[in-house]
Amino acid sequence: MAEDQVTLKIEGVDVTVPRGTTVLEAAKRAGILIPHYCYHPGLPVSGVCRMCLVTVEGAPGLQIACATDATDGQVVSVFDSAASDARQAVLEFLLINHPLDCPICDQAGECELQDYVFQEGRARTRYSDYPKRFSPVEDFGGDVLYVPNRCILCTRCIRFMDHVAEESVLNVSERGDRAFIGIHPDAVLDHPWAGNVVDLCPVGSLISKDFLHKAYAWQLDRTPGICTGCSQGCNITIETRDNSIARLRPRTNEDVNRYFMCDHGRFEYRWMNSGDRIEAPLVAGANGLVATDWSQAIARCAEIVKGVSGKAVALVSPRASCESLYLVHQLLKDFELLSACPVEVVEGEQPLPGVPNLALRSERAPNVEGAARLGHGAEYDKALEAVKDAALVFVLDDGYSQFGDDALSGSENLIYLGTSLPDAARNSSVVFPMSNAAEEDGTYVNRDGRVQRYMQAKTAPGMARPAWWITGALLSEIRGTDAPATAGEVFDRMAASESAFAGLSYETLGTQGAFANKASGAGVGCDS
Amino acid sequence: MGYPHEPHSKETVVLSRYFGDKSARSYDGWVERGGYKALKKTLDMDPAAVIDVVKESGLRGRGGAGFPTGVKWSFMPKEKNKPHYLCCNADESEPGTFKDREIMRWTPHAMIEGCAIAQHAIQAEVTYIYIRGEFTEELAIVEQALREAYSDGVLGDDAMGSGKKLDMYIHRGAGAYICGEETALMNSIEGKRGNPRIKPPFPAAFGVFGMPTTINNVETLAVVPHIINEGAEWHNSMCLSNPKSVGTKLFSVCGHVVKPGNYEVTMGFSLGELINDLAGGMREGRTLKACIPGGSSVPILNKEETENCILDYEGCIEQGTMLGSGGVIVFDDSADMVYQIMLLARFYAHESCAQCTQCREGTAWTTRILERILAGKGKTEDLDLLLDLADQMTGKTICVLSDSCAAPVVSGIKKFRDEFEAYINGSREPVLVHG
Repeated sequence: MAEDQVTLKIEGVDVTVPRGTTVLEAAKRAGILIPHYCYHPGLPVSGVCRMCLVTVEGAPGLQIACATDATDGQVVSVFDSAASDARQAVLEFLLINHPLDCPICDQAGECELQDYVFQEGRARTRYSDYPKRFSPVEDFGGDVLYVPNRCILCTRCIRFMDHVAEESVLNVSERGDRAFIGIHPDAVLDHPWAGNVVDLCPVGSLISKDFLHKAYAWQLDRTPGICTGCSQGCNITIETRDNSIARLRPRTNEDVNRYFMCDHGRFEYRWMNSGDRIEAPLVAGANGLVATDWSQAIARCAEIVKGVSGKAVALVSPRASCESLYLVHQLLKDFELLSACPVEVVEGEQPLPGVPNLALRSERAPNVEGAARLGHGAEYDKALEAVKDAALVFVLDDGYSQFGDDALSGSENLIYLGTSLPDAARNSSVVFPMSNAAEEDGTYVNRDGRVQRYMQAKTAPGMARPAWWITGALLSEIRGTDAPATAGEVFDRMAASESAFAGLSYETLGTQGAFANKASGAGVGCDS
Repeated sequence: MGYPHEPHSKETVVLSRYFGDKSARSYDGWVERGGYKALKKTLDMDPAAVIDVVKESGLRGRGGAGFPTGVKWSFMPKEKNKPHYLCCNADESEPGTFKDREIMRWTPHAMIEGCAIAQHAIQAEVTYIYIRGEFTEELAIVEQALREAYSDGVLGDDAMGSGKKLDMYIHRGAGAYICGEETALMNSIEGKRGNPRIKPPFPAAFGVFGMPTTINNVETLAVVPHIINEGAEWHNSMCLSNPKSVGTKLFSVCGHVVKPGNYEVTMGFSLGELINDLAGGMREGRTLKACIPGGSSVPILNKEETENCILDYEGCIEQGTMLGSGGVIVFDDSADMVYQIMLLARFYAHESCAQCTQCREGTAWTTRILERILAGKGKTEDLDLLLDLADQMTGKTICVLSDSCAAPVVSGIKKFRDEFEAYINGSREPVLVHG
């Protein structure tokens, strides 16, 4: 056995972990969840909730698994009567002043108090004859409300603000059972990353104003995604209710965003829910654009592309997938192509100090790096200028580019793939209804070069299709190649032909992403 | 009993020798009485040798836990690559305990000298004297003594001409009982909320400001100069019972006795004699009912146990209690044990730092049940409930405040169950209106 590994037995399961791992984390590896509240892997250990008490053979009394190092030969039991009784007592204590207002609580269904009480709590409290303590809801500022009645004082929020956001505005005020989470009288909880305290809160005590009463946890469908708010590429979960996004939450990726996402990113879902959408392919007719079907529109577009040569301009969105950006290039490779994407740059990054290399970045788009690697330049103004003289103008935009009314005028042959139809695109020859980032599968490359997949979280409206599907169908129509059936198929073609994606495959990107292996083209993984 | 007064013939006065003697307070007065000789001697010794003397002396911590002092000092890193700190715990807040206060009032230089010796032994350049916020008179006296110690060259960059640097700072508490717990005390010094820390890491590795730290009680430190002067053997031989408990100990006797006050006796002294002889026994017409021998946090003794109890670490354990801080609280037959225990629980509920669930909620719940019983609204199942809560409050939290709340409840119900039952079954008039 390696010197830096220890093997222990938890609930009869042998597990080998690196030295220095806590019993609680080792148990996770063994597939055993030791109930806990104050412990969170992204925060310093505080050991205060006393929920993770376990029996460690040879140790005096029960030990807290979150602060006990795993040692070689250790034997831990989690569900023996002493540990179970102790946790049941903690649950009974926690419920003394808990309002049990689960039916109107935003946390219901994803509440760790609810879960563990259901799992191992008492059927009835013995705390009878006393009214529960009541304190009114407090607005902490930013997006956060504090419901003191539900608070179990695990202090996760305080430790996040103290040690991760490094803006100490929260505290424990008062003592004993009068204690509550206090906020500095002159402060508000408006740190750019403050919204994480809502996710960290294991109960419904810190809640999001934006999400308030929108949905119960069990009504939500969850899909892994990548945040579109900036070039950091935070891994997120897109939570939808009835095909509408209710909220975005961070998805754990130790190498990118750990357990966190910024408040700017949390509100990116709003544009994705926009109802102003093109729902059918449109072709130019005598009286302007008219709706048609996919095959007609594709045939018309192919005809145009085949009929012209010379200069072409592509204006693409930095929120478009690598797959679609790759196919746009394939489609227009015989032209003298000027291709660019606009990137909104906001001066000043908003870092999360407690996590290295994590910030809300200045480049407010998710695929700036992917676009650059696939030959879409940053000289957007120049490209916009070139529209007038181009034989063909190809636009792929999901509302990111704010086109002026005349920005695309003067172009004879304008092909427009979009989610909505701005006035500037009314002179298009063909308009294709496109899905947005929440409605398709695809990949983005973050600022560090990590290639990451995102998945379809909701259906696109009407006849809208992913941009990679549209460009793939056009390519097939023009060149007679096979039209790709999935984003994965496009990705694998791209990996085979583009050195920036060498050695990667859609499958092995998984949910955590990978770096293209620049040297050998083999292997997947993190080279940072 | 206030000072000055003649010590009782059964006392062994070491620390309390100059209690009541105002002239012992000043630097000159202290030097006249042999003060700072021990420090001078120590500063010429190797730190390890000082630790060895204290180890051999058998001195154990007087704050409550009774951990061997020399061993504690030896936990400090020998190789010094970070600042080391000494904290003098003068946050005496344990109900029933008032011994450190007298040391500071009458012999502040004894404490300062003890601190300086310990500081040299553990290679600390700084001592923080953490003094209870309510101790205003003591603060003024210690501040004055500290000023003298600096101006007379005992402390400072060249302590007693040794070339060694010894600094001391006073840090005042703000009234929280829990700040007497060593790790909460360190947090408080750092300017943080006085919450106990989880251990490990232990203070000797990661203490105040994250540096190796030793925390000693005032009484422990004050006896060190005597050990240096008289030798380890002198201290080790002061013993009336178990050889593991040696030296003298100040006991603060309070409650229903004729002469409450501090009494210094050799370890192994009889608790019965302390109460009946030194403290003058019960008031006229009253008889002994119960006693808490080690400050409010330890289990209560009944009459028989009190009379059989030997005052040392082992003797108290034999009777099912602990020596603790030596705060002896005496109850005569007029005492309402249910009410007394409720008062203790209320104190702990008020002082709980609110970190650990069992303590934060358990101390308050325990208090409410006791109040309910005293209001005549108790239920027969309440006693079992109290015992069950006490069980869940014992040995499951970061510090022992929760255990301290449970101890008098458990021992009280065990030994005075009829008093609880009298309130519950209505044979005793309620004494509280709200419960």
